[in-house]
Amino acid sequence: MQTGPSSPPSGSVVDVRGVCTRFGSAVVHDGVDLRVEAGEVFALVGGSGSGKSTLLREIILLQQPAAGSIRVFGHEVVGLTDEQALPLRRRWGVMFERGALFSALTVAENVGMVLAEHTDLPPHLIREVSAVKIALTGLPADAGAKYPSELSGGMRKRAALARALALDPELLFLDEPTAGLDPLSASGIDELVRSLRDALSLTIMMVTHDLDLLWRSADRVAVLGQGRIVGIGSMSELAHSDDAVVRPYFHGPRGRAALEQAWKTR
Amino acid sequence: MSLDFGAELTVAGLATGPVTRELRCHGDWSVRTIAALERLLAQVRWPEGGDLIVDGAGITALDTSGAWLLHRTVAQRAARGGKPRLQGFRAEYAALLQLLAARGLPLETPLARVPPWLERVGRQVWSGAAGFWDYLAFVGESALALLLALRHPRRLRWRPILHNVQIAGVAALPITGLLSFLMGLVIAYQGADQLQRFGANIFVVDLVALAMLRELSPLLTAIIIAGRSGSAYTAQIGTMKVTEEIDALRTIGVGAQDLLVVPKVIALVIVMPLLTVYTDVAGVLGGMVMAKLKLGVGFDAFFDRLDDAVQLSSYWTGLAKAPVFALIVALVGCYRGFKVSGSADSVGAQTTVSVVQSIFLVIVTDALFSIIFLWLDL
Repeated sequence: MQTGPSSPPSGSVVDVRGVCTRFGSAVVHDGVDLRVEAGEVFALVGGSGSGKSTLLREIILLQQPAAGSIRVFGHEVVGLTDEQALPLRRRWGVMFERGALFSALTVAENVGMVLAEHTDLPPHLIREVSAVKIALTGLPADAGAKYPSELSGGMRKRAALARALALDPELLFLDEPTAGLDPLSASGIDELVRSLRDALSLTIMMVTHDLDLLWRSADRVAVLGQGRIVGIGSMSELAHSDDAVVRPYFHGPRGRAALEQAWKTR
Repeated sequence: MSLDFGAELTVAGLATGPVTRELRCHGDWSVRTIAALERLLAQVRWPEGGDLIVDGAGITALDTSGAWLLHRTVAQRAARGGKPRLQGFRAEYAALLQLLAARGLPLETPLARVPPWLERVGRQVWSGAAGFWDYLAFVGESALALLLALRHPRRLRWRPILHNVQIAGVAALPITGLLSFLMGLVIAYQGADQLQRFGANIFVVDLVALAMLRELSPLLTAIIIAGRSGSAYTAQIGTMKVTEEIDALRTIGVGAQDLLVVPKVIALVIVMPLLTVYTDVAGVLGGMVMAKLKLGVGFDAFFDRLDDAVQLSSYWTGLAKAPVFALIVALVGCYRGFKVSGSADSVGAQTTVSVVQSIFLVIVTDALFSIIFLWLDL
């Protein structure tokens, strides 16, 4: 995959520097810095209202920060117009928290629609490739003909993932991939995230609350708090952190249970 | 065979077996190239029962789409009795191909079945008939909920009723007033020429007053309210259905009928006659203004004639229709909201149906009223 001439030599896929965001007088981000390296599963965590999803929305160009620089694949995305952003948008896929599948289309049409918009594939290939993506996310073959309203929550997440994967993106953004799922479906998503990363050599950036998902899938985790990144590293590094914001996050009752579970399964 | 955007394939025979072919792949096998690559592959004549060796050493990029094309080609050869073999693939590409092979995908994705026209006609008719039955059931349930509510007036939800009166009635005053004023103006203007020809200028009062009071003002009001409030009811209830709020109400033990339908019906039945009286006045005013401008009929003369021209029965026949129109608009609007099924498209479709159906029913009912009033000699 060729990158533009302005790409820095480093492997950073996402490079966020000094991002500030305000809603009215409320300061959400006050100088956020983070880098996501190629091929890693990077997770962004933080309490409710800490601005995780807002940061994600800024990276995928749905919202503009008040100040700072965000580079994706080495290209500055702050201030890009929709037209300028199109080539970048084709290189990443986004899975929204509640799926955001088009309710008037079947699952296969949801995936096929992206292919039809951005490629010149003939209809039969679009159907076949859509079926491949749907199968890759672990959905049964007959799910393709169903409408989103006929699917369970876990299946809807997988369908949303299939749509995010439609154009074989290099970078995948997942917003709360396991939120609202039962533990069994959630652990299915854990494995899916890792296996897709390995098979498709993806870079994955996700926002999540799910400690089990973090232990099982994330290579590196950044903790967002008080408008800044207060801790960054692997889960075992963060678990030993003494930071006043990071510590309670990983050492609450649920944090400890997830940690014990993680050690048992190793 | 090579493509100018960086993908290539060659098919060669091998010395080891006369029917064995080697497919050498080069370049970028991805979603950008597979449409063209597939056309090239379709031109290749494979010998019957021959083995296939796929050499992927030259592949520089392979995504799931490219992998699918290779996988399908290989699987199709295998289905014809050949023994395919992969060689030279980079480890990650081989893993991707393995992943696809492990999923056991069907080689052909069948098209969704399009039913023959007779079946479609049958289904349409059946769903129309079932829809009518459904609507009757809904009207029955609503009537029951309404009667129960009226038996216990203390349990009536006055806040939503008043809110609906505000939204559907007070907020509709400017538009209904303006439109019926213009309607009165236009009727007087159109009639003026004819009346002047006979020197019957003063009969413009009869023309405007009877037309507005008996027919146009209740009809106009009902049509505006159907477009304004009926559509809003459908969209509101429909969206609540999509977001499962209706189910939530049911689990809390609050009937959706009680909370959503009954207040709307009561509010519209209160508001529509009031609006009709108001549009009566606005329409006659419009006629009055035009009568003075075009026919020289002064306001005093107009009022004098109004007394003789309009019997009380004309006023009441117009007003009597209003609550019936209100029931139609409110019930159709709410019913269509409950018919929404799961998708944003469905909200739009049902809102359209709601407005069209309620206007249609209002006009049909108006015709029925005319016949009944004729029989009753009103």
